[in-house]
Amino acid sequence: MIKTDILIVGAGPVGLFTVFEAGLLKLRCHLVDALPIPGGQLAEIYPKKPIYDIPGYPSILAGDLVDNLMKQIEPFQPKFTLGERVESLVQVEDKLYEVQTNKGTKIQAPVIAIAAGLGCFEPRKPPIEDLEKYEDKGVDYIIKDPEKFRDKKLLIAGGGDSALDWTIELSDIASEVTLIHRRTSFKGALDSVDKVLELARAKKVNLITEAQAIGVGGNGVLREVRIKSKQNGEFIHYVDNFIPLFGLSPKLGPIAEWGLNIKRSSITVDPSDYSTGVPGIYAIGDINDYPGKLKLILCGFHEGTLMVQSAFKYIYPEAKLSFKYTTVSGVNGFED
Amino acid sequence: MLRFFYEHWIMIDNEIQLTVIDRDDKEHVINAPTDMNLNIMEICKASDLPIEGTCGGMALCASCHVYVLSDHELQQPSEDEEDMLDQAFFVEPNSRLCCQIRIQDQIDGIKVKLAPVS
Repeated sequence: MIKTDILIVGAGPVGLFTVFEAGLLKLRCHLVDALPIPGGQLAEIYPKKPIYDIPGYPSILAGDLVDNLMKQIEPFQPKFTLGERVESLVQVEDKLYEVQTNKGTKIQAPVIAIAAGLGCFEPRKPPIEDLEKYEDKGVDYIIKDPEKFRDKKLLIAGGGDSALDWTIELSDIASEVTLIHRRTSFKGALDSVDKVLELARAKKVNLITEAQAIGVGGNGVLREVRIKSKQNGEFIHYVDNFIPLFGLSPKLGPIAEWGLNIKRSSITVDPSDYSTGVPGIYAIGDINDYPGKLKLILCGFHEGTLMVQSAFKYIYPEAKLSFKYTTVSGVNGFED
Repeated sequence: MLRFFYEHWIMIDNEIQLTVIDRDDKEHVINAPTDMNLNIMEICKASDLPIEGTCGGMALCASCHVYVLSDHELQQPSEDEEDMLDQAFFVEPNSRLCCQIRIQDQIDGIKVKLAPVS
């Protein structure tokens, strides 16, 4: 069982900086994120893009901002549970919540700060009719164990790195690998593209370009994928497995079931301390909404800063909190 | 911020009109200013149309996928936009990411339809 003062849901820039502000008040933080790395959207969507409105930085790459934040919060020894999604929230006693992740990790804290941005990143699922019926019955969005596909007939869809990389790797394992892509050119790394084209020339991989999967069928388990091709019209491709690899997109997920006031995928908060109305639960950053809300990283930093003040008073109602400038008192990290 | 723009549009002369067909086939005729460096995704969001625009308009997600129904001559999609369209679904020859279509005089009267959500 993990115990902490503030459980932060989401390890994006706002969640990360909140560790710093909490640390100044001697509050410890544990962060949970569905992505395997910290940084949220900055790491997943645009690590190489410059951001121009971080005060003091005329321009900083999103990935560099994440690195800097990680360095800045190091003295406060944040703990991370990455690659896991928060599922359930229960109140175990007065001022103590327990959150459980999809992998069974349990974390207890008096305060929950939801800094989940647009939600957690999940594989983007093609809106093909009946596709969900075949999930785990021939349709996979994530490849955990390539051996599962040994001697199977596979159809992989997509044109990015993961589609190319898995086409290459699975071509040695599966009995037949077909890659379907809507264009003739690919987005992935050049050497992956070359390798796939080489495998296609050697007839180790079938390539169907300028085509898209538009339907699935089978009898309890997946049998066929309907393909629409620019050149050959519609036809059926018989497979054991269909693996659509179209990247990740954010979904609000189980947080929506936590009894909070949610409007249009945002959590309504009190703009004085970003509390949700449920005692001890706060929402900061892109996920919250209040009159005048702007979805900016710098606003999220402000929200996290004010939020931890309120959280401190909530956890220690009797304690006095004196406000100190870091320039005067320095940054005193945790010893252990 | 967009809502702020929207309320002030009435004061602006440089406007074009666009038609957006939502996923229930309902037509929305919207006026949009040409001098505020906006794109169709931003106009749709400001008009409360169900479009995500997750990445904020950088052609880094595929959540503003539309079909262009009118025959306006648009600038060809950039390589970045084409790459992102690879992550969209039901992509047609007239598919675009509408964050990449600027609100300017040349697109006056444009008609777009929101693609299915993924």
